[in-house]
Amino acid sequence: MSRWIIDHVWLMPAVPFAASLAILTLPNRQHRSAAVLAVAGQIAVLIMSFFAFLPTLQAPGFRGVRNFTWFTFGDHALRLGWILDPLAAVMLMMITLVGLCIFAFSIGYMAGDKNFVRFFAYLSFFSGAMLGLVISNSLLLLFICWELVGLASYLLIGFWIERPSAAAAAKKAFITTRIGDMGFFLGLLWLYGRSGTLLFYDGGNGCLENTGLAMLGASATLIALLIFCGAVGKSGQFPLHVWLPDAMEGPTPVSALIHAATMVAAGVFLVARAYPIFSLGAINGVTSSLAVVVWIGVTTALMAALIAIAQADIKRILAYSTVSQLGLMMVSLGVGGVAAGMMHLLAHGFFKALLFLGTGSVIHGCHGEQDIRKMGGLRPLMPVTFLTYAVGMMALSGVPLFFSGGWTKEEILHVTAHWPPSRLPYYLLLAGVVLTALYMTRQIIFVFFGDRRAASRRAHESPPVMTTPLVVLASCAILFSIVLTPAWPWLDDYLTGSPARVELARLIQPALFLSLVLVGAGVALGIWMYRKAGVQDGRRPAEIDPLEFTQPQLFRFLENKMWIDELYARTIIAFSWMSARLSDRMDRSFWDRLVRGFGAIGQLFGTFTAKVDESGINAGVDETTLGTRGLGRLMSAAHTGQIQTYLGVIAIGVLALLLFYAWLA
Amino acid sequence: MSSVAFALITILTLAAALAAATLQNLMHATLSFAVTLVGVAALFFLLGAEFVGLVLVFVYVGAVAVLIVFTILLTRRDLGKDRGANFWGAVLAVGLFGGLTWAILKTPSVAIVAPHIRALTVKRIGEALMTGYVWPLQCVGLLLTAALIGALVLVMEEKR
Amino acid sequence: MTPTLQVFLIVSAALFSAGLIAALSRRHAIFILIGIEMMLAAANLNFIAFWHFNPKPQAPTGVMIAIFSIAIAAAEAAVGLALVIAVYRHYRTTSVDHLDQLKG
Repeated sequence: MSRWIIDHVWLMPAVPFAASLAILTLPNRQHRSAAVLAVAGQIAVLIMSFFAFLPTLQAPGFRGVRNFTWFTFGDHALRLGWILDPLAAVMLMMITLVGLCIFAFSIGYMAGDKNFVRFFAYLSFFSGAMLGLVISNSLLLLFICWELVGLASYLLIGFWIERPSAAAAAKKAFITTRIGDMGFFLGLLWLYGRSGTLLFYDGGNGCLENTGLAMLGASATLIALLIFCGAVGKSGQFPLHVWLPDAMEGPTPVSALIHAATMVAAGVFLVARAYPIFSLGAINGVTSSLAVVVWIGVTTALMAALIAIAQADIKRILAYSTVSQLGLMMVSLGVGGVAAGMMHLLAHGFFKALLFLGTGSVIHGCHGEQDIRKMGGLRPLMPVTFLTYAVGMMALSGVPLFFSGGWTKEEILHVTAHWPPSRLPYYLLLAGVVLTALYMTRQIIFVFFGDRRAASRRAHESPPVMTTPLVVLASCAILFSIVLTPAWPWLDDYLTGSPARVELARLIQPALFLSLVLVGAGVALGIWMYRKAGVQDGRRPAEIDPLEFTQPQLFRFLENKMWIDELYARTIIAFSWMSARLSDRMDRSFWDRLVRGFGAIGQLFGTFTAKVDESGINAGVDETTLGTRGLGRLMSAAHTGQIQTYLGVIAIGVLALLLFYAWLA
Repeated sequence: MSSVAFALITILTLAAALAAATLQNLMHATLSFAVTLVGVAALFFLLGAEFVGLVLVFVYVGAVAVLIVFTILLTRRDLGKDRGANFWGAVLAVGLFGGLTWAILKTPSVAIVAPHIRALTVKRIGEALMTGYVWPLQCVGLLLTAALIGALVLVMEEKR
Repeated sequence: MTPTLQVFLIVSAALFSAGLIAALSRRHAIFILIGIEMMLAAANLNFIAFWHFNPKPQAPTGVMIAIFSIAIAAAEAAVGLALVIAVYRHYRTTSVDHLDQLKG
């Protein structure tokens, strides 16, 4: 069984791809068949990923690899392959489970959209590409799937193509991630040049194994940083984070699946997968490439958390929180806590998908309104959504003991605290925890508490097809913590490949109280600040945010995303505009004249040749034409139309050949 | 291989062939043509290719000759008209024959006696057809189908 | 005296020439067809003779080619005769002298 599943892991991306193709051939009105096909494909891969999960449990550090030759050129063979190890297996489980919930949710959310069929085709396509990315045993195959998920993301962000903002956001996402992918591709080429293979594991010869790593030498740092460029783009890290909030223009299930739970985590997954390259030659667990990862992660985590406080769009708040959490994961990887980072990735996948679907439910209930200042008082109207949303909020804020996010965050703080070079990332992350609790409290107060405002007057609870995935994901967010606790750190041991252990005494530790205090502080601060949000308070009108009233300049700064988009527009985009304009002027004034000069010479020459042509050559040609015509008349006489004549001529030809033979002999 | 039998068969075959080429009456010529092919089949037997000889008899004498007779009957009204023959064709053919004979006689490598004959059983032919020659076999099947359909389309009544 | 390959080739050449006479000098379309069939039979005779006189006759290649060529010749005869009938219907004649629409 385990052999069979390793041999057939490739089916997992193949099934959604096949489903996608099948859906694309459906007529536009076949909503039911499209949904059935997509969900059936997703159920199939969920079952398969469960069976793929089983063999990895057999022994710590299990790794099943199958490689094959794609094509050979000269004596080089380009080999691809797939891998089944704990890292891949948990990702498969998370992606398929979250994916299934979101597929089901989409049936409700997208019902009535005229492009329903196309939506499910894209969604299945994305699912296949993402699964392919996770099981790749070759950096090249991973890159291919990486670009395919990028394509799927582009198609889905711009799904409502008739909205100019969606089209612009899709373009922005595609181009911004392309900048990172450029670096990734350069790193890939360099890695191939140095080690001669792109396979991760190949019986001791892969680029992540000792012989391959030994060949990298000093260039490992730069290769790692180039690969990290790709991760920065995909996972929305500073300075390429600008696309992710805009990507919320896509349908909410897409935001949940691609821009929160799975695809954006691919960058973190990539770093975890290529970790041996990052940590090559580490002294005390620190390399310069990992240090870069840490500082970028810290910057991103803190910056995004700050920006999230001042956003009014319900989805944008979550988008910035995603960016911030991804930064947290990057920090964890950078300081050496690969398992902690991956655990947070998985936990985040569940609760962030939950939050986004909750958002979707709220937007659906409020008839498309996304501004939290126009909502409020939704708690009694949407009880299921509220409860599940609260679970997601607490998991995201990192409330300890009962919520998965709490345990993983604690683990990350724990490893960060012991990072040798500096304690600064640790303190910044602590600040980030408080901020996270603060902005989530703000959001919940604005949306679910207080008076009903414009958009929530006629709100209603969503249909069961949408609330059921919410409940499933909420229970995942809670139950998942069972395998995360320090008392039984099963997932940690599973990922690091050490035998499982149980130490009940470790359940209670100082960090627990620390995070309890921090989260409590964040929530309390949030409640105090926003207790009268949305109502008139003293001199403050109802529609003004309390923070905006007290600190207008700070609020403007955060609301406008620290002016980073504007900065890019003034610098990079302005620079490319300028160079384009310069090239244009250069083209017009210099090259154009040069070409025109050559043209004039050509014209002169042409006039001359025309003269020669008319008087000399033309006459000759006329003569030749007449001759040809006469010859043609002569030849056409040979075509009698009599087949026997033709046959006779052939016989004469054979006779001539024979005579030629006789002459030779 | 008996040379007497060979001589007899050869004379019969060539005589019938000449008759088929020169007889005025189309029906007689067709019958001579059938005799020619029987002679060729007999030569195949002499050469140890019994199966091919049988196929030749079945296909030509059994099918093609009958087909020709049918065609003659269907175009009967035209018979008897335009009996002329041009002689340059015959001259050319005789010349070609002379040239070929001369070339054959000049080539020393074809003046060989047959080696020991190993019987070619139908089983071996069948095996060869079903293994190495299976693609040509399928193609010929397709060709025959196409030819059949084409022939039917050609002889269908033209629409008025 | 057993016949040599030479003799068979000469017989085949004679048969071919007879076919050529029919195809070249007769007016009736059916004669031309008969001539062509005889030339094909001569070619088959060559194949069989070469196969038979091959010093190492393991591979039945010659026989195979003969079988296929018979099959193809049969197809050709069927189409050719159908053409004769079609031409007869159209022109009320089967004399090829009258079929010269492709004259240049």
